[in-house]
This record gives sequence, structure tokens and C-alpha cells, in this order.
Amino acid sequence: MLGYILRRILAVIPVMLLVAVFVFLLLRLTPGDPAAIIAGDMATPAQLERIREAMGLNQPLHIQFVTWLGQLLRGDLGVSLISNTPVASMIADRIGPTFAIAILTILMSVAMAVPMGVLAAWKHRSGADYAVMTFSVLGFSVPVFVIGYIFILIFSLKLGWFPVQGYTPISRGLGAFLSNAFLPALTLSTIYIALIARMTRANMLEVLGEDYIRTARAKGAPERTVLFRHALKNAAVPILTVIGTGFALLIGGVVVTETVFNIPGIGRLTVDAILARDYPVIQAMILLTSFLYVLVNLLIDLSYSFFDPRIRY
Amino acid sequence: MFNRLTATLLASTMLAGTAWAETTVKAVMHSGLRVLDPVITTAHITRNHAYMIYDVLIAQDSQYQPQPQMADWTVSDDQLTYTFTLRDGLTFHDGAPVTAADAVASLKRWGQKDAGGQVIMDRTASLEATDDKTITWTLTEPFVPMLDILSKQSALPPFIMPARVAETSADEAITDYTGSGPFRFVEAEFQPGLTVVYEKFDEYVPRDEPADWMAGGKVVNVDRVEWVNMPDIQTAVNALSGGEIDYIEQMQVDLLALLEGDPNIVVEKREPTGMQTMVRMNFLHPPFDNQQIRQAALKAIQQEPVLAAMVGNPEYYQVCGAIMGCGTPLGSEVGTETLTQGGGVDEAKALLQEAGYDGTPVVLMAPTDMVALATQPVVVSQALREAGFQVDLQPMDWQTLVTRRASQAAPAEGGWNIFITNWMVPEISNPISNPMLNGRGDDAWFGWPTDERVEELKENFIDAADANAQKAVAEEIQAHAIDNGLLIPLGQYTLPQARRAGITDMINSPVPVFWNLQKAE
Repeated sequence: MLGYILRRILAVIPVMLLVAVFVFLLLRLTPGDPAAIIAGDMATPAQLERIREAMGLNQPLHIQFVTWLGQLLRGDLGVSLISNTPVASMIADRIGPTFAIAILTILMSVAMAVPMGVLAAWKHRSGADYAVMTFSVLGFSVPVFVIGYIFILIFSLKLGWFPVQGYTPISRGLGAFLSNAFLPALTLSTIYIALIARMTRANMLEVLGEDYIRTARAKGAPERTVLFRHALKNAAVPILTVIGTGFALLIGGVVVTETVFNIPGIGRLTVDAILARDYPVIQAMILLTSFLYVLVNLLIDLSYSFFDPRIRY
Repeated sequence: MFNRLTATLLASTMLAGTAWAETTVKAVMHSGLRVLDPVITTAHITRNHAYMIYDVLIAQDSQYQPQPQMADWTVSDDQLTYTFTLRDGLTFHDGAPVTAADAVASLKRWGQKDAGGQVIMDRTASLEATDDKTITWTLTEPFVPMLDILSKQSALPPFIMPARVAETSADEAITDYTGSGPFRFVEAEFQPGLTVVYEKFDEYVPRDEPADWMAGGKVVNVDRVEWVNMPDIQTAVNALSGGEIDYIEQMQVDLLALLEGDPNIVVEKREPTGMQTMVRMNFLHPPFDNQQIRQAALKAIQQEPVLAAMVGNPEYYQVCGAIMGCGTPLGSEVGTETLTQGGGVDEAKALLQEAGYDGTPVVLMAPTDMVALATQPVVVSQALREAGFQVDLQPMDWQTLVTRRASQAAPAEGGWNIFITNWMVPEISNPISNPMLNGRGDDAWFGWPTDERVEELKENFIDAADANAQKAVAEEIQAHAIDNGLLIPLGQYTLPQARRAGITDMINSPVPVFWNLQKAE
């Protein structure tokens, strides 16, 4: 097990190196000029050239890449070209809200989606099943920002239960945190719930048809035990996979949700950096996101053995 | 007895509460603040930030006239020596007094970057601090627009910084944000692109005159101002409706219906002139290397449909052919009848035929991610097609456009023929600072016209003896710029601001400022 974990962690290094090269080249091939953002619209071409020179953007690509890689290996993510702020501190300031919303979203999604999927499978082709499936289709089809606006209209503007926008860190109290974070997390959950509920339902339907379920029922096991101990545990591996792969979906959704609810997270940081061609910030954010994605998948892989003892590493 | 005691306790609690209560104005500005150096960039948000924390020697009032702000001035009889005397009580946020040496260092750094500043520096014999309070600026020849340029409010006003900060190279961003303005920048709470916090600077001594645009007393009536960036205007509108913010600097006209009818919210035009939208052509490549074809493009376009598509509601736009803006002292609409009234298409067709236009496609760059620039290219391209141009409308993001417009290559090889941009009217209201009127070829703004006549006319403007003579030259510049197609003005528009009704006494200046205003709790 330990050897497997070490091998997987070592495998992250070439992956990250590839991501680094790819991101660096992709950004330099994309048209755009951070100097133009800094200088503003009135700057003449000569003034732009001087700013590019001062920022080192005129150096040959390979020198820029080696400089950046050297910094990276020393743990230095560089300094934002636009705001002159260290990238590490920008990320540190912004990662908290995104993480908090993402974790709350996953918790809310799993808490709602798994029972919904189990219910839909248990009451197959009933009203409950159709209701869950309808919700799933809607959750998948309606864009996140539309759902966000609808929630704001109903829960914030009409009912006044939650603020329209903003973020309060959990350190200022759970109530204050939830008051700001609940609606964004609920918004972000819809697509995730749709995904997990569908997967849970499909796998539960498959497992509920197995012989050992019939045996458990024949032995007189209570229905709750049949569903949650026998069926759900066996259906868990594909559901976990979906939660892991859905992480990418979550990252995409965070960008939109952070904009609609004005949350100062890393999603908005990334979009702003892309619009301004703030290369060091974009590079750091894509590396970080890729690393998180690899890490989440590793954790999901490791958790398989917990649910299915046949899986050994 | 008990009641009196209770009342006394209650009253004292309330009074204490009042004394401690902090008045905070939360504002959503037109973009997030990222660059903090007002000399290195012409970005409006950085200029607005600079007006919060820095002060200026002299400032423009609502009649576009220079007025004393940090300093009064005298001019020698030969018009060569300007003497500025700093007023008493000027203090930097770190407690140090503002001295003439600080002002001189700041003016020298500004003079390297600003177009108007460069013109003054070219005519400067000496600029020095003759004592702690006196700045003596000696010119080599009289320069009538001197005070207009020093007092301008956009794009690069000469903000005064401590000398140690102003000694930073003009191509590198400053890292010390000590100003002497009415607000203090709270660096610990600054999040680039997200939040900027300002606190009232208690030691600031305002002038006695009432505030008038950027001139007069900058009296601060709130304790704290927070600029919160909300990239989604719908979120900002929701937050204003919900009372979570107090002010939106720029509203999209098509969202006004969401706020109209709400008694707690006021939607209004802050200032009358607003923005100019305009076409720039590339003088280096066919077909616009030909004056007749540039003239044909100008005749083909009518402003009204462009503005209607862009803004929609006529209350917020006006047709205006003045390259230096309508409603400004130098604004003249000479030569723009077809632009403002239409009817130039036949003339455009005739000009194209006469010029022998061979159907070379016109590459028109269309930024699709900028709301304020997305519609004009579509309407303009249609107008050009109707006159007989072949138009290659190329959609792209704004970042791609700003990179590509710097390319002097042929349009087919990554260059361009036309793009459209917008200016704040005060920054194009003077021929010295208007970037479109730079005719120095490769050193000119993108489009690179070589136009000796416009340079000559600008010299005449500089040498003009008084305001009337300046106006006459400005009219000549207008006629020439339109004839040569240095730009095609597409009209003026205003994006209204929205505020909670409790925010009152806002100054109606083109630059949004937060002194003078009151907030009712």
C-alpha cells in the first residue's frame, strides 16, 4: 500500500512537468500583452515596448521558461505582472473561500444525492424515481449562473433569508459563514447532485438485482440494512469515481458561482489573470488545479479498498 | 427617578454608539484595481484610485478652468516663469510635510510619461524647488496651455508623491503608496482586482472653497470607502437593491429597468460629457493609406444607428461630430454633417470609385468580450459594406485586439485596418493630449498617421495668444483631422450611475470622487 502511494506520488512529478511545459507554451502562443493592460489605452507603441522590456517579456522564450522553472523548483511562484503582488500570497488569500465552498458543496451534494439515488432505485419507476430523474435532467441542463440568479431572486431578494453576495470566513462564526456560503454551495450542488444521484441510482439498480440482495431479504434483513449495508456499499466504487471526476466539473462551476455571488476565490483569480494575460498567476493556478485534480483522484483510488476489500494495492 | 436614570443611560448609550459608529460607503467601480501606480498606466480605475489618496497642485473645475488645489500660482510678465506656492497644512499620510522637493520629483516623473507633460518638459529650462514651499518652473518659450495640462483630470494627472517614491523609474511601478490626499490607502486590506479600502485621512486640510469637480475643498464626510469589484453587473444590481452596497459607478443601460421604481435607489447621469466612441484606421496599409478612401469610410458611416445599437436609450447618448468632444471649450463639429445627419453613402460610393478602390478587404477587429465595444464594429461594418467596401469582420477578445493593433504588418499577415475604441471626453478635449492627433508616423498612436499639417496646427495651438485664438486653431484642427480621417467620431454616450438614496451630495465630475458626499444611516 505504502509503496503504491509512493509510486503514485512520484508519478505526479512528470505529470506536473508536462503540465508546466504545456501551460507555458500555450500562454505564450495565445495573443495578448500584459504590458498593454498595465499601460492603459493611451500608451504609445514605444511606451509599451519599454514596459515589456522592464518586465522581461522581450526575452527569448526558452530563457523565460528556464527562469520560471528555476523559480518554481525553489518554491517561488513568481510575482503578478499586473499588480506586482507575490502569486503565492494572492493564492493564499483566495484559496480559502474556494475550498470552503467546494467542501460544503461536496458535503451537501453527497448528503442529498446519495439518498435521492438510493430512493430512486428502491422505488424504481415510481413517482419518486421520476421526480429524482427529472431533477437530475434539470440539474444537468440548466446553466449554473441561471440557477444562481433564481436562488438569489427567491431566497435573497424576495424572502431576504440570505445576503445577495459576498463571503464571510468560517473564522467569524459558522452562522455568518453559512449565511454567505449556503446559496453558492447549493447552486454549485445542483449539477453535482444530478451527476451523483444518477450514478447512484444506476449502480443501485444493478446491485439490487444481484442474488446476494435477494438472499439478504430472504434472511429477513431489514430493508434499511439491505439498502445501505449490502447494496450501497457494493455500489460505492463507481459513485466514488464520479465524485472524483466530478471535481473537474466543480472547478468549472466555481468560476461561475464565484462571479455570480461575488466570492473572492481562486476561480475569479484565474479568470481575471487570463483576461489580463497575467502569466505567472495563470501558470501557478493551472499547476495548482492540476495538482489538486491528481491528488483527489489518488485519494479516490485509495478509498476503493475501504469499500471493496477485494481491491488491493 | 428610575425613568430618568433609564433615559440617561439609554441616551448615553446611543450617544456613545453614534460616536463609535463608522460610516462606510461600499462602491462597485467600473473595474477592479490592479495597478497602483498612476504614472505607469492610463487606466481610469488607477487614476480614480490616485484621486483618493494623492493630491494635485492645481485642479480643473466644472468650467474646465485651472484652480488652485495644493498650490496657488503666479506667472511672470514674459509668460516664462510659473511660481507655485504650496499652501499650509499639507501632510503626507506618514506624517511628513509635503515639500516643494516632493512636488518637483513627482512632476519630473510624470513629465516622462504624459503626452502633455512631455510637451512641457521639451520647453522647460528649469524646474526646481526654490524653498520648502516654492516650485519655480521656467520655460524656454511661452506656453499658453501650461496650466490646462497641469490641471487636467485625465488620463495622467500630475499627482504629488513623496520624493523618495517619485524617484522610481517612470517605467517601473511604485511600491510605496504614501499620498497626501483626503483618503489613506489601507494596504493591508488591498486585494488586487477584488477590494480596495480607503480610510479618511484625519490630518487632511481641505481648501475653503466649495468643491467643484476636482477643484475646491475636498471635505470627507465618511470614515471609510470600500471599492468592491463585481465583474457581473447583475450581481452588483442585486446587491444595490438588497442594500449591501451603496453605489454603482457605471450601469448598463439595458439593466436600468431593474432599478427604476425602487424609491431607495437613484439612477442618474453623473456628468454631462461622458465618453466618446470612435473609429481608428491604419494609415500604413491599403485601402486606408489613401485619403480619399478614408474619407469614403467617414462618409459611409452615420452615428445614430451605431449609438442606438450600443446604448439603446437616446437619453444616454448624443450624436456629436466634435473630435475634442461636445460640451467642451474646444469642441467643434465642423465637417461632420454626414456623420451626424446621414446621407453620405452616395458620396462615399463616388469617392471609392474615384479613388479606384480595388475591393481590398478591410480587416475590422471586433472585440466580443467588451460590452462597451462589441456592437459598434457590427454596425460600422454593415455601413461600410453598403458603401461598397469589402469588410472582413474578425471577432476576437480585447487582449488579442490590443496585441494585434500594435502590429504594423499587412492586414493579411496579422495586421489590421480598423478598430474602434472609447475615450473619456475630458482626456481627448485638448489637441495636445488627444492621442488621435499625433501625426508623428511610427511614434504616433496605433494607426501611425504621418501628418505634418496636424503637427503644425498643434504648434499654432501652443503658440496661440489666448483662449479665443486657441479655439480658432482647434476648429482648424477639427476640419483637418476629419478631412484626413485621423479618426471617425461615432458620438458620445454616458453610462449612468446608481446610488442608494441615502448617498447624497456626490460631485458631478467625470472622475467619480468620494469627498463631499454624505451618507445617511
